[in-house]
Amino acid sequence: MTPLIAARAIIAREFARFITQRERFLAALVRPLVWLFVFAAGFRAALGLSIIPPYQTYITYETYILPGLCGMVLLFSGMQSSLSLVHDRENGAMRLLLTAPLPRWFLLGAKLLAGAATGLAQVVVFLAIAWIYGLKLKWFGYLAMLPALLLAALMLGALGLALSSRIRQLENFAGVMNFVIFPMFFMSTALYPLWKMQENAPILASLCRANPFTHAVELIRFAAYGQLNLAALGWTVMATGVFFAAAVWGFEPARTRGGPRGTGGAQG
Amino acid sequence: MIRFLLLTTLLSTPAMADEIWVTNEMDDSVSVIDTTTLEVIAIYPTGERPRGITTSRDGSLLYICASDSDAVQVMDPTSGAVLHELPSGEDPEQFVLAPDDRLLYIANEDDAITTVVDTRTRKIVTQIDVGVEPEGMAISPDGRVQVTTSETTNMAHWIDTETHEIIANTLVDPRPRYAEFSPDGAQLWVSAEIGGTVSVFEAATQSELGKISFAIKGVQPEKLQPVGIRFSPDGARVFVALGPANHIAVIDAATLQVERYILVGRRVWQMAISPDQTRLFTTNGVSGDVTVIDLKTLEPIKTIKVGRYPWGVTARKTD
Repeated sequence: MTPLIAARAIIAREFARFITQRERFLAALVRPLVWLFVFAAGFRAALGLSIIPPYQTYITYETYILPGLCGMVLLFSGMQSSLSLVHDRENGAMRLLLTAPLPRWFLLGAKLLAGAATGLAQVVVFLAIAWIYGLKLKWFGYLAMLPALLLAALMLGALGLALSSRIRQLENFAGVMNFVIFPMFFMSTALYPLWKMQENAPILASLCRANPFTHAVELIRFAAYGQLNLAALGWTVMATGVFFAAAVWGFEPARTRGGPRGTGGAQG
Repeated sequence: MIRFLLLTTLLSTPAMADEIWVTNEMDDSVSVIDTTTLEVIAIYPTGERPRGITTSRDGSLLYICASDSDAVQVMDPTSGAVLHELPSGEDPEQFVLAPDDRLLYIANEDDAITTVVDTRTRKIVTQIDVGVEPEGMAISPDGRVQVTTSETTNMAHWIDTETHEIIANTLVDPRPRYAEFSPDGAQLWVSAEIGGTVSVFEAATQSELGKISFAIKGVQPEKLQPVGIRFSPDGARVFVALGPANHIAVIDAATLQVERYILVGRRVWQMAISPDQTRLFTTNGVSGDVTVIDLKTLEPIKTIKVGRYPWGVTARKTD
């Protein structure tokens, strides 16, 4: 088996799963759109925003949260895609995946890339709807966002992979929602700028600063205006590396073989 | 040789950019913005509480209403030096310069009069009784009619500039703070801050042609307080500053319909158009900055920090 065939199979499977799960696609879109149309509309007058880079002038709240909502799409998509491994573990598909005669990191990397690609597709549709709604960026902003979105998707997917190596049952996804997705999203700059948080809760602001999701969102935000936030890029790359390494480590045969239910048996 | 020619051409081309002058009401100063770099290039001290500001037609002189100094200051824009002061009556807030650069019409808020000053002799020509708290000042492009609006009487007073007599009074909504003639002189637009409307009059008959109201999603109606008015260079659009609503309304001058609202800084007062007619500059009082709007795309492109409580603004061509 050549690596290319394996990667293609993994990516095709991910896309097939994504396309057949229409409700997942709809849910992935409805979530950020509700935030945009309902939450942002309600708060646009309440939250005064001062001018912070990369912005050059005053912006509406909708404009502010657009990059954060792109991050939200990737966050949920990355988690769902990676946590589908838990399902695969339960039904035996993971055994097939991990017994392929290829390095573990390569198989996980292909899975990660596949998940990131489906996440990107969702963001593209979300941005198109936002564009129709009137939230428009310059064309080079959309272009510059693509690599930033891809990197963010990889980072969040890698985190999902790392988590899925420790989760034995799909029911535990609720725990991931409560203890990973929500804290990551709310303790970030997706919904409010750091200075606003610093004013009200300095400890939360510190947590927000350390949150890799904050840096992913800022990377996307700066890219949307044709700018590169080097610090955010550094943090996101570093976090991607750490999460992916943790995932590869977590899926090592010695660790995956002896799951509590004995169902995670990778025989690699 | 080519390099030498290029170098001499570059050196001989004056790097003169046009300027936007902004009065900082709380700082007793004026800030000068370069229209190319969009940076503040100079700050000059003025009298107390500067508000209204305008330039002579050739841009060689600046007139500044120093309200709490009870004077109109005449400034040399190249050095920022105050050359002399003109008698202005008490508490001058806004003024308008006649098209021939000779007479300056000044609103004296506390005395309910319009003071007419000759800029050459530096003497008061006459004082005209108008309504209570005069503020908005406009002059027709041909210089024949001057309009003073009075904030408490809620009127636009139409003054014949030959006789300096009021020829008509027209009622507008509460607290009219600004008036502006269309570039062809056919219409007069008056904003009413408390009324939340802009009234449009036919200048020849002083009859009302229409009234414009505003509504912005998510902004309380009482915050929609129109103040400054500015026509686009071709007269097709009119920009209205909506005070604490933090937006500029863009109005189609033909249909009197609001086309869109542009987000700017907090408490937007007045506006000026760059001499090259490509950008609109707004003074945002509470946020202490000036927002620059691209007139082609109608998008705000930058907000520039100036002094405290920027109020009046005027454009100056430098070449």
